Amino acid sequence: MAKYRFWAIIMVALAVAAGFFVWNTQNPDSSRKFKLGLDLSGGTHLVYRADTSKVQSGDISSAMQSLRDVIERRINIFGVSEPIIQVEQGGVFGGNVAEQRLIVELPGVTDINEAIKKIGETPALDFKLLSKEAEANFKNDPSATFQPEMFSDTGLTGRMLQKASIQFDQNFASKPVIGLKFNQEGADLFAKITRENTGNVLGIFLDGNLIEAPYIREEIKGGEAVITGDFTPDQAKQVVRDLNYGALPMPISLVSTETIGATLGDKAVNDSVKAGLFAFIVVALFLIGWYRFQGLVAVLALAIYTVINLVLFKLIPVTLTAAGIAAFILSIGMAVDANILIFERTKEELKRGKNKYDALKEGFHRAWSSIRDSNLSSIITAVILYYLASTPVIKGFALVFLIGVLVSMFSAVTATRTILFAISSEEK
Amino acid sequence: MSIILVAASIFAIFFWGLKPSIDFVGGSLLDVSFVGNKPTNEEVGKVLNDLDFKDASVRSSGEGFFIRLKEISQDQKNSIVQGLSLSGKYTPVEKTFSTIGPILGKEAIQKSFISIILVLLAIVLFIAFAFRKVSKPVSSWVYGIVTVLALLHDVLVPTGIFAILGHFYGFEVDTLFVTALLVILGFSVHDTIVVFDRVRENLHKNENTGNKKSFETIVGESINETFVRSINTSLTVLLAILVLYIFGPETIKNFNLALLIGIFIGTYSSIFIGSTLLITINSWKNRGKQ
Repeated sequence: MAKYRFWAIIMVALAVAAGFFVWNTQNPDSSRKFKLGLDLSGGTHLVYRADTSKVQSGDISSAMQSLRDVIERRINIFGVSEPIIQVEQGGVFGGNVAEQRLIVELPGVTDINEAIKKIGETPALDFKLLSKEAEANFKNDPSATFQPEMFSDTGLTGRMLQKASIQFDQNFASKPVIGLKFNQEGADLFAKITRENTGNVLGIFLDGNLIEAPYIREEIKGGEAVITGDFTPDQAKQVVRDLNYGALPMPISLVSTETIGATLGDKAVNDSVKAGLFAFIVVALFLIGWYRFQGLVAVLALAIYTVINLVLFKLIPVTLTAAGIAAFILSIGMAVDANILIFERTKEELKRGKNKYDALKEGFHRAWSSIRDSNLSSIITAVILYYLASTPVIKGFALVFLIGVLVSMFSAVTATRTILFAISSEEK
Repeated sequence: MSIILVAASIFAIFFWGLKPSIDFVGGSLLDVSFVGNKPTNEEVGKVLNDLDFKDASVRSSGEGFFIRLKEISQDQKNSIVQGLSLSGKYTPVEKTFSTIGPILGKEAIQKSFISIILVLLAIVLFIAFAFRKVSKPVSSWVYGIVTVLALLHDVLVPTGIFAILGHFYGFEVDTLFVTALLVILGFSVHDTIVVFDRVRENLHKNENTGNKKSFETIVGESINETFVRSINTSLTVLLAILVLYIFGPETIKNFNLALLIGIFIGTYSSIFIGSTLLITINSWKNRGKQ
């Protein structure tokens, strides 16, 4: 059976190479290090709810995408390495009325206040028109003050902004003013609003606060406007910077936060690695104790299994969480199960008087239907879990579990068979 | 035995109920540890009371406390951590702080239920399909349904135990617990399928050789033949989880405990419950025919 010998040697060699790859890419400056979840690396997990009530239902997904991009840009400014920003639909099966959420993960950031402030500080810029009734009121009582609820939306928002800049207006004693330039869509809309509402009051709102309420004197073409509010130079600079990094297309509110201290993360990593190692040793001892030589082969197959998994974790890449590591160790159990099924079956066939080679062959053959059916049911479970996962923890768990079960079907069956046949062929 | 366990579990679940974590009902959870000495429960309680957090519940952990509250803000949390130093007497370190809005919690419950139900349904369908060629003496649907009954047993018992632990020791049920249940489901199906697979094979053999063994005998033989495998597999998995439970990270301790209980029960049920039910249903059907 030279064929089996050949493949066995190739397989072991490949596994050793893969093991070397895993080891070698673990040094600090490698780009293929294991990706650790927040619970292991420490960091901040935030969930925002986006208020999509003012977005037309057809535009929701593109609006969410632009919200995501804006927030990503903001986060990149304060230099977090590898942030994760995802759009998620609330509700169980999505649908049109589903709540839109944004999940933000900031590894290494434990000062949550600072993070929230920087993300949340995005000014929402709105242009609103004074309602007709309010306008009439002001004619009767010029001393009245504007209230935000007197204004109604025009559809012109910071989303249509192309660029904001600081200007110093001579007419205002060199006070800083903020110049706005709209994109094409915004410019058209701005022209239309000013044309149709000449003589009305246009309120400019920043974060829901009325900054300025100028009268519209004439149609403004070209899509440029100036906010003259009472800014200090610093405030103006801040607003301009924030506007340029992108005003949020819609308001967001924080619904869930989680911070994990880095020390806790370190401990979790150490504990997981230690536990994984011990688990492997205990399982190996058990297998060798019970199945002797075959057990040793199973342990070798298990080592190959572990290496393949680790390589996949790096290549895909899979974000490892504590639960993910648990799933991995669990899937080791499943991989062992396949071997135990085969060995027990082989033992039975030996008892029936078959020779070693035939018994082994029969063992693999007969055990296959059990292995196939039971692993398929695990795969079904993993897939359902993955798609319905309510937290990233569970998603990570399901993914690792799925990979583990798939790899185990290969390693426990193919790897064990190749090695066993390679060694036992002489005794035929 | 099983009936007693299931009954006791259902009793515990309904009588004491499960203690939902903030994953499901929303709220805030603060995990603080202390460098050096840690304050007593009373001291922590007093700090919270003085800061006007009346509905807080405090649970001691290894080096510190889990403090569970209604949704609070970052500033409120900081005031608690600061208060816990009791003017410099202790050095509190914030380990984790999570806040989950009530809507997210509600959704997590729905998703959990739906995923469990979907997994169960998918398994019935899968088994009915995988055993479709076996229709004598019981149809393949029966295998699927029996598997699910065994599964319900496996899920009910750990849930009941967690209800009891929740009542006496304040164990909470979170989304990880639901994951544990689903893994238990997966394992239990594994075990049950292995036994059924052997029944399938032996039934086939029986037909071919022309032996007229009764269904009971065949099921009994199949169990005997797969017994060592079931025990060995469960042992390896249990060993691995036990190691995880002892040395693994603190955050998944309860998760491992749930797995430990569930897989133990699952092994028992796949050997004794699934096949017993199979025979019972068969003889029940026969009685109907006579």
